[in-house]
Amino acid sequence: MNPVNYLYLAALLFTIGASGVLIRRNAIVVFMCIELMLNACNLTLVAFSRMHGNLDGQIIAFFTMVVAAAEVVVGLAIIVSLFRSRHSASVDDASLMKL
Amino acid sequence: MENLIALLVAAPLLGAAVLLCGGRRLDRAGHWIGTLFAAASFVVGVVLFVDMLGRGADDRTLHQKLFSWIPVEGFQADVAFQLDQLSMTFVLLITGVGTLIHIYSIGYMEHDERRRRFFGYLNLFLAAMLILVIADNYLLLYVGWEGVGLASYLLIGFWQHKPSAATAAKKAFLVNRVGDMGLSIAIMLMFTTFGTFAFGPAFEATGDTSEGKLTAIGLMLLLAACGKSAQVPLQSWLGDAMEGPTPVSALIHAATMVTAGVYLIVRSGAIFNAAPDAQLVVVIVGAVTLLFGAIVGCAKDDIKKALAGSTMSQIGYMILAAGLGPIGYVFAIMHLVTHGFFKAGLFLGAGSVMHGMNDEVDMRKYGGLRKFMPVTFVTFGLGYLAIIGFPGLSGFFSKDMIIEAAFAKGGTEGWILGCVTLLGAAITAFYMTRVMLLTFFGEKRWQPDAEGHEPHPHESPKSMTIPMIVLAFGSVFAGGFFSIGDRFMHWLEPVTGHDHGHAPVSATTVTAATMVVLVIGVAIAWTMYGRKPVPVVAPRGSLLTRAARRDLLQDDFNHVVLVRGGEHLTRSLVYVDHTLVDGVVNGTAASMGGLSGRLRKLQNGYARSYAVSMFGGAAVLIAATLLMRAV
Repeated sequence: MNPVNYLYLAALLFTIGASGVLIRRNAIVVFMCIELMLNACNLTLVAFSRMHGNLDGQIIAFFTMVVAAAEVVVGLAIIVSLFRSRHSASVDDASLMKL
Repeated sequence: MENLIALLVAAPLLGAAVLLCGGRRLDRAGHWIGTLFAAASFVVGVVLFVDMLGRGADDRTLHQKLFSWIPVEGFQADVAFQLDQLSMTFVLLITGVGTLIHIYSIGYMEHDERRRRFFGYLNLFLAAMLILVIADNYLLLYVGWEGVGLASYLLIGFWQHKPSAATAAKKAFLVNRVGDMGLSIAIMLMFTTFGTFAFGPAFEATGDTSEGKLTAIGLMLLLAACGKSAQVPLQSWLGDAMEGPTPVSALIHAATMVTAGVYLIVRSGAIFNAAPDAQLVVVIVGAVTLLFGAIVGCAKDDIKKALAGSTMSQIGYMILAAGLGPIGYVFAIMHLVTHGFFKAGLFLGAGSVMHGMNDEVDMRKYGGLRKFMPVTFVTFGLGYLAIIGFPGLSGFFSKDMIIEAAFAKGGTEGWILGCVTLLGAAITAFYMTRVMLLTFFGEKRWQPDAEGHEPHPHESPKSMTIPMIVLAFGSVFAGGFFSIGDRFMHWLEPVTGHDHGHAPVSATTVTAATMVVLVIGVAIAWTMYGRKPVPVVAPRGSLLTRAARRDLLQDDFNHVVLVRGGEHLTRSLVYVDHTLVDGVVNGTAASMGGLSGRLRKLQNGYARSYAVSMFGGAAVLIAATLLMRAV
């Protein structure tokens, strides 16, 4: 099996996610882009797992999903509280940690 | 017998403790307590002396170890005493003359309400000086050395309500500190060189030590001696030390303090014998001081300051003799002892004169006092004859010996030193005759003081005259007693060694020459001060006289070179500190501040920009990893 196509797709997804993180200001969108990057990684893991014919990569992909789920819980909670206090979900507005 | 040695020190130390801690309830008996403890120390000294005489010449050194002071591996310092012929001589001089001065002070300080404290300090002085001369190692000697410095400070500044006395005490202490530095450096050098402080082992080790190191130790010891014995260049404190009560001057000049330097050099003879260069410097210092003190003594109108100049000059004789090596050690100590008698006598006499003259010290306001103070006149006169070296009196023998020893040094050096000592003898005759004529002869020149009190010169009480009489006996007979059959030389020889040298001229010639210069000196003084009336206000005088009145510009020299020089040095150091050191420090701080001010802009608070850095960093890391793998 040739993983090249899967890898191209994963790279494309990762790039879209990274650009979203860097460019978009809406915290929810940024968050979604992070998920996109994580899933791009999952795709490569699964592709290599197929190529090598063992399940190690798929196991790690499950781990990633679990961690991502946990992260979504915490991250959304932060975003919600941020929105409540500032009435905005823009990441640029939350720039208090500077001199 | 060994166990008695500690008593020598313990008695005056206990006296000082009792008097200084006892408080006012001892005010009425304080002077007796002080005198008693000093006398007790003298009695112990005499007992030890008699015992020492009973033993053979090689068996006379006694040791007593009290306790281990600093017992550390490789660094052993004991509180231990050593009593040999040299120490014994000093012990008898210090306690004997010291006791007489105590007795004298009873009368002299009668009207001083702090008399008890004065006697406490006197006892402390004796104790410190005794520790100095009977210590068996340099570290304990240093304890006594500093103790003497402290006691002299307390006594010179005893009348501290007078600003001049307080300043003089400070000056004496500070100048002494310079010398003390020399001694402490010498002791450190000794420890690194010999590995011990004790006299015996250290002197044995001189044989295996390089001459350079011994010279360094010798020069440092000389610096120490210069400080305590008021030798050029550390002589400036001695004249001002006259601010203390007169018995203190007598004690400092005759029995304690200034003799310490001579003792140190003679005691360290083994080191100096092996370091001829250091010896040469010692001789030069002695010769210079001899003339310096004598010239200063000629110009002073203050009777005590004239005597102070004389002390400086006489100690110069001793230092010179000590620098001659084994030719001179014995004579240095002999002159020290006879000088102890006549200089104590002269100072006590001067004190007696001041006592009768409302504390007037200007000799131009004395005159004709011999009729009013017969006892003082006779005792002072005998001291005077002794110090100028009148034949048959103490000074004649001891000074003549030093002049002979100076000639016996041999070569050009011997001739120069011999002539300097002869010249010194002539000047001594001049200034002492001047003091004598101004004080006791001529017309009375005293006038009522500012409040209209006419001084009524009178003889001093018995407690003052008796010590003067005893000292006058010493001034007359001590020299002859020591010299007949070379008693003193045989007594000290086992400790200091003796060498006759090779005199280019016979002893008779030297004596004759001494007599000639003596007569010349007296004659000049008589022409100037005896034949014609003395003006009450000092004439302007020649350039040399004016310089000598200002102690040959010693203070001006110190002021210009040390004080001004020190100020300039500190100012330039402050400048360097401000510009260079502070410049580097402040510059570093400023550039760091500027740099961080610029770097701070990177931290803008935008999460996205941090994310860019993260991505960038990760990309660089991955690229680097791939690159490394490719290579």
